[in-house]
Amino acid sequence: MTKRKLANILFFLILVLGALIMVFPFFWMISTSVKTPSEAAQIPPMLWPKHPHWVNFVNAFHAAPFGRYLVNSLIVTVCTTAAQMFTSILAAFAFSKLKFWGKNLIFMIFLTTMMVPIEMLIIPNYVTLSETHLMNTYLALILPWAASFFTVFTLRQAFNAVPPQVYYAAKIDGASDWKYLWTVLVPICRSSIVAMTILEVISSWNDFMWPMIVTNDPNMRTLPVAVASFTNDVGTNYPYMMAAATFVIIPMIVLYVILEKYIIQGITKGGLVG
Amino acid sequence: MINQKISWKQTLHALLYLAPMMILLSIFFLYPIISTFILSVFKKYNFYTNAGQGIGFDNFAYLWHDPMFHQAVKNTFIFVLGVVPASIIISLGIALLLNRFSKVRGFFQTLYFLPYVTSTVAIAMVWTWIYHSDYGVLNFILKLFHLPPVGWLTDPHYTMLTLIIFSIWKNLGLNIILFLVALNSVPKQYYLSASIDGATPWQQFTNITVPLISPTTFLLTINAMIASFKVFDQIYVFYHNTAGPNNSGMTIVYYLYQKFYVENNYTVASAAGVVLFVIILLATILQNYVSKHYVHY
Repeated sequence: MTKRKLANILFFLILVLGALIMVFPFFWMISTSVKTPSEAAQIPPMLWPKHPHWVNFVNAFHAAPFGRYLVNSLIVTVCTTAAQMFTSILAAFAFSKLKFWGKNLIFMIFLTTMMVPIEMLIIPNYVTLSETHLMNTYLALILPWAASFFTVFTLRQAFNAVPPQVYYAAKIDGASDWKYLWTVLVPICRSSIVAMTILEVISSWNDFMWPMIVTNDPNMRTLPVAVASFTNDVGTNYPYMMAAATFVIIPMIVLYVILEKYIIQGITKGGLVG
Repeated sequence: MINQKISWKQTLHALLYLAPMMILLSIFFLYPIISTFILSVFKKYNFYTNAGQGIGFDNFAYLWHDPMFHQAVKNTFIFVLGVVPASIIISLGIALLLNRFSKVRGFFQTLYFLPYVTSTVAIAMVWTWIYHSDYGVLNFILKLFHLPPVGWLTDPHYTMLTLIIFSIWKNLGLNIILFLVALNSVPKQYYLSASIDGATPWQQFTNITVPLISPTTFLLTINAMIASFKVFDQIYVFYHNTAGPNNSGMTIVYYLYQKFYVENNYTVASAAGVVLFVIILLATILQNYVSKHYVHY
């Protein structure tokens, strides 16, 4: 019995140590943000400064046009997510409830898009967008991600779980497909829809490679791109760099802590289909 | 209505619902897939006219003979081998521990999952500070144990290790959550009857848990492999828009980026993209095969 207790204590300590390792970089980010450069470079490192310089956040925010970057990120994230959810809900509905010729063929063709590494598509998409003069525009940041077969696929599974009788009943009551979709099906499947929405918000907010490639105009940068190039603006001022990283990270952490249930649900439902 | 024949009208109606998705995915996914393959076999390509000349496998021959590409492939496989097994074992271990302490499970799960929802670029920036040779916390900890400091970001011998440690840390949460789902789907009676028969916890683990969660383990392995093959963001941040000291952090995607965006060599970059595609396609086919034949939700 005592051996078991001892083992439990040991296991618990391992969990705590693991959790400390997971959380430490976040703590260190905030702690460094409120130090002076010389405090940050102190050895041994100080865990927390005596007089935290909260003003560093304000200064870092003004060391580069972070207000503009924040707005860019918000616009891109909101528009990408809204567009992707809209196109995916429509398509998932058609695949799940409607009957039409070529259904399986169309499904299979677009299913292939799920297996392609996005990194490979960057070159032709870059060419397409320069030819249409969309470089350095919000459209360039939004359009390529305004549809996603992964989202279609996951929502279709959720829609399939709603019995067809509900659809027929609505049809008999004289509801159009459009009305059935938005007033019956979407509300029934709202938790799946919310889950996919949040996952897309997170991935869109954190996206880096594509926004970096299509924005050479500094005014069009999103937050991650701005943070990656922030070292050019402040050199080795690590407190400012950590403050800038905080701007990108905190919104998603707040979102995660509030909506954890949906995120976990989205991950466990979508995470295993590929 | 239920057993009606499908009409043109119905098909047209459905296509209206599908049109936005079909148009966007055709322009930004289907066309680029084909286009990348075509670009990869052009001998010459003019970006401004979007026209190519001459067909051949010159670009693939170039990759075959380019020491930098060899380095990229080698590093990518080192990265995958360094990240995936360690990540699977650690996350399974933590998931098992979390299951033991059901009261605090939710709290710890939240903490372990934090890195997964954060921007790779931003948190990699924080790690450059942790990895710093002179002022970094990591070297300070090594010093506490009387170990010599390591040039995490400056010594080419440590580049892959630096990237591997960060990437395991970053993605651990996802695997933990999915392992928890798998562990909780194992019927409790199995453990009960095993313990009545006198099976030790270790025997229960190897004879019940491991076989029953093996489909999840396999899928997570493939998913982690696919994600690891595409490593890019952290390299970009750690080494300030280079592939590390002496290109010691060159990977396939970084190579693609370098050829495409820095050197404007679109055809070779496309060929590298095709190579990446083939590698990931093989992994995906394996995954689909396994999930169809062995996994039951």
